[in-house]
Amino acid sequence: MAVNNAVLIHRELISRITKLFSDGELELKVDRIPLEMRPRHGESSRCCIYKDRAMLRYKIMALLGFDIREEDDELTPLSHYVQKAWERTKIASEPLTVVDDVCSACVRTNYVVTNMCRGCMARPCMLNCPKDAIGFDAGQAHISHEKCVNCGICQKSCPFHAIVYVPVPCEESCPVGAISKREDGTEKIDYDKCIYCGRCVTSCPFGAVMEKSHIMDVFNAFRCGKKTVAMVAPAIAGQFKAPLGAIMGALKELGFDHIMEVAKGADMTTANEAKEFIHKMEEGQPFMTTSCCPSYTTAVKKHIPELLPFVSDTLTPMQYTARLAREMYPDAVVVFIGPCLAKRHETYCDPNADLMLSFAEVGSMFVAKGIDVAKSSHIEPDPTIHATSRGYPVTSGVMTAVKTKVADRVEVVPMLIDGLDKAKIRELKALPKTCKANMIEVMACPGGCVSGCSVIANPKVAGRQVGEVVKMTADRTL
Amino acid sequence: MDGKLQVKICTGTLCYVMGGAELQLIDEHIPQELLPFIEVSGAPCLDVCEKKAGSAPFAKVGDKLISQASINQIVAAIRDELKVSAL
Repeated sequence: MAVNNAVLIHRELISRITKLFSDGELELKVDRIPLEMRPRHGESSRCCIYKDRAMLRYKIMALLGFDIREEDDELTPLSHYVQKAWERTKIASEPLTVVDDVCSACVRTNYVVTNMCRGCMARPCMLNCPKDAIGFDAGQAHISHEKCVNCGICQKSCPFHAIVYVPVPCEESCPVGAISKREDGTEKIDYDKCIYCGRCVTSCPFGAVMEKSHIMDVFNAFRCGKKTVAMVAPAIAGQFKAPLGAIMGALKELGFDHIMEVAKGADMTTANEAKEFIHKMEEGQPFMTTSCCPSYTTAVKKHIPELLPFVSDTLTPMQYTARLAREMYPDAVVVFIGPCLAKRHETYCDPNADLMLSFAEVGSMFVAKGIDVAKSSHIEPDPTIHATSRGYPVTSGVMTAVKTKVADRVEVVPMLIDGLDKAKIRELKALPKTCKANMIEVMACPGGCVSGCSVIANPKVAGRQVGEVVKMTADRTL
Repeated sequence: MDGKLQVKICTGTLCYVMGGAELQLIDEHIPQELLPFIEVSGAPCLDVCEKKAGSAPFAKVGDKLISQASINQIVAAIRDELKVSAL
């Protein structure tokens, strides 16, 4: 995720919560966090420190794992939510919550009359509006948001270019139209449509769309002395300026008992997907798509059902690894550490995985604990893992792995769908009729998992680092 | 160090998480004409965060410490330092 202040505030909050937890002072001091971050007489990013504090408070609620709309009394202290989190045994099924008091900063309709309006006599905006939404007041046009349907005819008809299009970033970035305004101007996520791509999370300039974090549930496992397993997505190799072994060592320092690489599961995904591909081609199926990006497979289920028969049935690397983790450590809490919201949702749906932490969450925890990843003791990466499995998180990685496995048993005609947006979803809908390739890799994020919505490193840098790990692994096994 | 201006970008975890990760792209943003005079390297934790000498991410251009560093600030500091040393 590109760095901006909203992202940094999010990380600071996680870091502060973690610090208080480690010091045993979370319940005592959690209500002070907003005050410390926006002290009296200090600077504010909105109208005043009081609004800032209120927003920080809601953000903390989300980080404690709650839906902000669950609040029924504004005087409930955060410490109460901390207690409730300790008592919680289940995580929320839908992963997002919106700090909706922030939504008032966005326009109610996308077309706004600026003060460049000359109040002309012709008034083509008013005359051409099909919904009768434009009125004049003191010689200036104004648009009624109750009536406007965002058709844009007024903008096209204004001879002074006085009407501008103002996007609502979350709505604009959603590839499936799953987020839209309620009557009162707040944003609502429609989970019948949502594909968990996380675009709304990264696009909101206020950081108002938030994941309900599992940090408290992980802390609770630590607190109760339960055994914990961290399964790390291969994309983590690019997230810190440190070797993979040191990153895994740092996770151990954080408190996890066992560290497993999801790349191990990728070995199985590769083998099974290759087998499935050969089988399907021999059966005469025209093409097969990969299945490891859960945002893509959710998009197929909810929006492109015609593609469903062509999606591979092979489990994702996370699912295979979780199965292994459950077998090896049946009493432990299994925590997946990954790059995005889609994987958080996948974790929720998988009976073998219990919780999920994003890279940003883990990184912020390192900060709180004063862990410098590069200085952590190494845990040797599993030498049996295939090099191509470590390449999964970068676009074309899955394809390369499966293609290598298929070898010359079937000729592979590859195609990459690198990033899902509205146009790409239309393209996918047409695929059963138009497809010339036989193996299609689909990644919801352009660039692959290294571009997930909760990453720390710049995707370019992370991709390079992942590439180095792949190369090193390959050299070793040669 | 053959007299080149040393530019050090902190790659400690704190700096990296708090925005420093983006500074890794600095190579692509330094103007060509400055390249012969400088040497950019990643530095393990510069140990300034502990001393509360500002806020992360940190970078060092010569002896000058930059707090809350951005690529633009670092490039500006490089220009400054090169001018000073040319005098």
